[in-house]
Amino acid sequence: MYNIKARGVLIEGNKGYHDITRDITNPLLSKTTPSWWWVAAFIATSMLIWGVWGFYNTIAVGTGTWGLNNSVSWGWAIINFVWWIGIGHAGTAFSIFLLVLHQKWRTSINRAAEAMTIFAVMAAGMFPLIHMGRIWDGFYVFPYPNTRGPLWVNFNSPLFWDVTAISTYLTASFLFWYVGMMPDFASIRERTVSKIKKKIYGILSFGWLGSARGWLRFETAALLMGGLTAPLVVSVHSIVAMDFAAGIVPGWHSTIFPPFFVVGAIFSGFAMVLTMMIIVRKVYKYEEYVTQRHLDAIARVLTFVSLIMGVAYISEIFISWYSDSPYEMYVFFKNRAIGDYAFEFWAMITCNAIIPQLFWFKKIRTNITMVFIISIFINIGMWFERFVIVVTSLSKTWLPSTWHAYTPTVTEVAIYVGTLGFFVLGILLFLRFLPMMAVSELKGVLKETSLITENTNNHE
Amino acid sequence: MEKKYWQSLEVYREMKRKGASDKEAMPEFSIDGLDESEIKGKSSRRDFLKMMGFSVGAVALVSSCQMPVRKAIPLLNRPQELTPGVSNYYASTFYDGDEYCSILVKTRESRPIKIEGNDLSPISQRATTARVQASVLDLYDDARLKGPQKNGKQGDWKTIDQEIKAKLDTLQRDDKEVILMTSTLISPSTIKLIGEFVKAYPNVKWLQYDSLPMSAMRQANDTNFGKAVIPFYHFESADVMVGFNADFLGTWLMPTTFSKQFSKGRKLKDGQTKMTRLYQFETNMSLTGSNADYRYQIKPSEEAAVLLKLYNTLAKKTGNTVFSAPSVKTDVKMVAKDLLKAKGKSLVVSGTNDLQIQLIVNAINSLLGSYGKTIDLNTPVNLKQGMENDMKQAMSSIQSGKAGGVLFYNVNPVYDCVHSDKLAKALKKLPLKVSFATTMDETAALCDYVCPDNNYLESWNDAEPAAGFYSFTQPAIRPIFDTRQFQDSLLSWTGAGKSFQDYLEENWKTNFFPKQKVFAGFDKFWFKCKQDGVYYFASPEMEQPKYKGAKLKAPKPKNGAVELALYEKISAGTGKHANNPWLQEMPDPVTTATWDNYLTLSPAFAKSRGLEQEDVVQINNQLELPVLVQPGQTEGTVGIAIGYGRSHAGKVGDGVGKNVYHLMNVSGGAKNLLGTVVTLKKTSKTYPLALTQTHHVMEGRPIVRETVLGEFIKNPAAGNEEHEKFLKSENFSLYPEPKFDAFQWGISIDLNSCTGCSNCLISCQAENNVAVVGKEQVKRGRIMQWIRVDRYYSEMADNPEVFHMPVMCQQCDNAPCENVCPVAALSHSDEGLSQVTYNRCIGTRYCMNNCPYKARRFNWFEYVNNNSFDYNMNSDLGKLVLNPDVTVRQRGVVEKCTFCVQRIQEKKLQAKAEDRELRDGDILTACQQSCPTDAIQFGNLLDKKSTVSESNDTGRMYHLLESLHTLPSLSYLTKVRNKEA
Repeated sequence: MYNIKARGVLIEGNKGYHDITRDITNPLLSKTTPSWWWVAAFIATSMLIWGVWGFYNTIAVGTGTWGLNNSVSWGWAIINFVWWIGIGHAGTAFSIFLLVLHQKWRTSINRAAEAMTIFAVMAAGMFPLIHMGRIWDGFYVFPYPNTRGPLWVNFNSPLFWDVTAISTYLTASFLFWYVGMMPDFASIRERTVSKIKKKIYGILSFGWLGSARGWLRFETAALLMGGLTAPLVVSVHSIVAMDFAAGIVPGWHSTIFPPFFVVGAIFSGFAMVLTMMIIVRKVYKYEEYVTQRHLDAIARVLTFVSLIMGVAYISEIFISWYSDSPYEMYVFFKNRAIGDYAFEFWAMITCNAIIPQLFWFKKIRTNITMVFIISIFINIGMWFERFVIVVTSLSKTWLPSTWHAYTPTVTEVAIYVGTLGFFVLGILLFLRFLPMMAVSELKGVLKETSLITENTNNHE
Repeated sequence: MEKKYWQSLEVYREMKRKGASDKEAMPEFSIDGLDESEIKGKSSRRDFLKMMGFSVGAVALVSSCQMPVRKAIPLLNRPQELTPGVSNYYASTFYDGDEYCSILVKTRESRPIKIEGNDLSPISQRATTARVQASVLDLYDDARLKGPQKNGKQGDWKTIDQEIKAKLDTLQRDDKEVILMTSTLISPSTIKLIGEFVKAYPNVKWLQYDSLPMSAMRQANDTNFGKAVIPFYHFESADVMVGFNADFLGTWLMPTTFSKQFSKGRKLKDGQTKMTRLYQFETNMSLTGSNADYRYQIKPSEEAAVLLKLYNTLAKKTGNTVFSAPSVKTDVKMVAKDLLKAKGKSLVVSGTNDLQIQLIVNAINSLLGSYGKTIDLNTPVNLKQGMENDMKQAMSSIQSGKAGGVLFYNVNPVYDCVHSDKLAKALKKLPLKVSFATTMDETAALCDYVCPDNNYLESWNDAEPAAGFYSFTQPAIRPIFDTRQFQDSLLSWTGAGKSFQDYLEENWKTNFFPKQKVFAGFDKFWFKCKQDGVYYFASPEMEQPKYKGAKLKAPKPKNGAVELALYEKISAGTGKHANNPWLQEMPDPVTTATWDNYLTLSPAFAKSRGLEQEDVVQINNQLELPVLVQPGQTEGTVGIAIGYGRSHAGKVGDGVGKNVYHLMNVSGGAKNLLGTVVTLKKTSKTYPLALTQTHHVMEGRPIVRETVLGEFIKNPAAGNEEHEKFLKSENFSLYPEPKFDAFQWGISIDLNSCTGCSNCLISCQAENNVAVVGKEQVKRGRIMQWIRVDRYYSEMADNPEVFHMPVMCQQCDNAPCENVCPVAALSHSDEGLSQVTYNRCIGTRYCMNNCPYKARRFNWFEYVNNNSFDYNMNSDLGKLVLNPDVTVRQRGVVEKCTFCVQRIQEKKLQAKAEDRELRDGDILTACQQSCPTDAIQFGNLLDKKSTVSESNDTGRMYHLLESLHTLPSLSYLTKVRNKEA
């Protein structure tokens, strides 16, 4: 049972059931779109358009428009891919892990986190595509019956595992997210006066009636899907980690990578949720739903995960020394710690392992501005982590004659910014047109986690 | 009628709300097997399909686009020698005025596509240099003139011939001199023809002009022996070689011959424990210096003094005259001791064009008894016959107006003579200026008439590089353009009325055929000459001429001044082939720089001047060049490569680097590359250099494994301890051990033989259609060449040891690239080759990351038909050089060395057709075929008697990064230096 005295109220402001429906669906039903939304959408669209140019440039001219070379054949695209995939772990981690752990506070965040997952995974998925030298032959990565033999894919290749893992993850997350929204779509269908909206939300709600039977099915489906999706949270990033761990490049070839990546993914995912929710609660005035306590809970999780990250970094360095391999040692002690990429390395350590430790202080944990800044630091730190893994390892591998530095080009930056734009635009559309909190679930936890007064109208 | 039940209250309410009556919820009446539409008579699904079928068919019929019709017309009468798909080889000769090489021209469907070494040649012995390899591309150069030119406009041969003849006649009448300026000619028939031309026009004065002359050596030999010749050197007979600023393995005189000779004494095969020793005294770090056992840094002004010190040390020990010499720090005791020990088996050479220096060299060689042993004065080398005084006279008669006309053949003095500006100015006044240049070069641009010569692959010619050694040039293709061989032009102006082909044959019939006794009929003799490409007339053994001593002296070394040492690059040479993109993009074996010349400075000197790599420096307050910090460069000196800064080379070569010919040292009377005093001024500018290697030390990793001779004798596996460790280590693999039935192809590279000359690199580029990517892309680390000659310094000290290591795909049996490809584009053949299926590759580049050797290349752009890469693959003419056996790669795919799989296949098919087993040595990969030091061996590793197995069967064998258990098929043999431990 949820102990309100010990853990505080989850939904503040003496909300009744109807208040919740109203608060969450009103922004969707309102005819006027707030001006900040237009500004944000404009910026995001501009970013996206720049990214489309980056795509076009890459496809029309060639991968040569990037800063890669014969030694460093993977760069920003792969960094950003892993970064986005990491962020894309938040939704499922929230929905599944916290569900399993009976963390009721997840209810006001999980929907947005799931949406974030979808858009982040979609953004991530663009990178392996555009990264291909011959994108027009990209379908070769799928095992399908063909007339070439039939020629199958290489089941030994971690890149193929990647294709499988990510497409599965995207499908599963999408279904989970969508199914979860069905009751809320029905609520909107009921509440809206616009005929078009009624039609669209009606279709989206799949004829949801809110019957007891429907709820029963719904709960079962959610549980089943949750159970099926739960292993994906671990598997996806483990497999992404294997892209590196299965390679023989010093700095990549490490057994710690799969768990290390999963932890990193949850870390970055939670940080991104924090970043996003702090903004959203502010602009939508949802402080009563996403309370100080919510942010505090996320900050506590981050503190703990940050410690794991620190341990992982240290153990990587220790193992490189313990391996007695001059190649490994060069990567960690020369190239990363004091070499050309020392800045990126220390930025990673600072942002991921040191700065989040500030959350030990309650004052910082409860200061929204500080929490926001630190969440940004973690996002940046996790980007640097991927940079350190991909670039520092490749730039100085086995033969010193092949050592070559790497700097990204405008096209690569454009593609990254483009995916940021895509992500933000996706989130904006989500906020505008879809219920950003699980109304039904909020209601589900309302009774036991809030102090409902008797006079609250409990009808719809 | 069926009753409808509502399942729950909500459903009921919903039904009600929608106004759904009970009746409407009922299914409609239906007849089994019939659609509603069919019953109601509306158009059915079947109709829809019919309609769609019709419209799709109609649309397809109407709008189907026509494919462009390409006609392949078979030959009605097949030429006797031509079988489509089968290569023909013609023996020929490469001679560009500087370098001689006997070659085989590989033609496919009647077009030359590749140059191979001719193993019948006693001079070049199947070796080629990078420049020879690249010369086939000059045939397909867009800059070539398409026909005769008059004042820069296309003319026709008839009128131009008439006009020139008329002008020649007038000049003869006016008693004005006509200067025929040619490069050194080694063709006896051409020389004879010029004699006849001079007879017809007695006012013609013929002179030979070399941009890099060796006149001082000829003069010195004239003084000492009464013969103004360049002798034939025998490096293979020398146990101790001492070079003074002579890059004989790279560029000096006959690098192919000398590399072959040099490598013979350095092979450690079959339990051989003797090895020759090379001392090199030099200013710049040359390729030869990088291969020396002991290398000393001297300033150009110190060379004479060091040589004289060496002479005096030797003279003292042998009781000969000692000359007074200025003091120098360089220690020559060890060299002197070694030379004396190897008396009669020693050789000292200097590449400096300075009479004093050459006299001292002669004195030392004579003292050591080298003449007749390692130096043969009776077989003079005919290269570099240009004498400085001739050129000076010609200059003065052009300037004074004594000369009325000038004809330039195979020379470009407006570009490469010291006073080119004066010449250019004086030329304007002359009434007749004719150039025979193949392109509109700097000199031709100033001429009234250009009578473009054929490319050498379209020409008939003969050559006598050294006395008694003859060599033939025969066309491998009809002239592509309306060009005419220089000799034919002369013949038409003298009115001889025959072609040079007939002239050549006739000359050989009357003057050479009678000298031999093997062949009874001329036809057979001539056929043999053309088939072999070479012919040798043995001359009777003769005593070497007696040495007459001369007074030796050496100037005092200059102190403090910055001395300039110009040098010839292997790729750029004298600048003749500047429009050849293969050569422009060839990394210099020492600096690894492409596409530029630059100022080389030692690290300490650069530091003292506050200069860093890529800083732009002003030389003599005018010329600006970027700095390249070169370990091993003598302190207080700077080096610059000649052969750059062409303004009329063509689209590729124009404006690459800076022309520095005017900085040659002429103070000693002869044109000398070394010794000009210059001032340096740092500017605030920087200029990017495209280096293929930016890290120069091995970081203590066992990459190039080396030992010294003493250790090697004690233990042949010395320096290769890592291999021992690897063999003892436990190896475990998840994958099954690779097994091969008949063949497992392997290459063995002897690092002790490899000089790093990079001939293999260009050979591979020509064979495998490797794209040129341009300076910008090289700088970004995207060079495409499949072979990379890694160069390491022992440490970044001021006098480092240098290592050269060719690295290409190692064809690992446990290839890390293969198992990471998601689409299975990489496979392992049952002959041990790691294969890329270009069609399947989608370009994830995972394989490139996972290749520890970084031997894989990615097509970052479309390099064919792309104006951004305006090299040979962007022109219809240039594309003719492509090898039809090798796919031209598309953008977005990964490529790499294939061990010349097309050559393997060709020879396998040939053996099959001849119903025999494939023999060891049948297949020669492109890199191996023309390697001047035979450092590369290819063959079947399963055959224990094959050359490659035998050369691997030594303690020196190891695999690169073998601790990774990649099981490469390519192996290396340790480098052994003949040094004291």
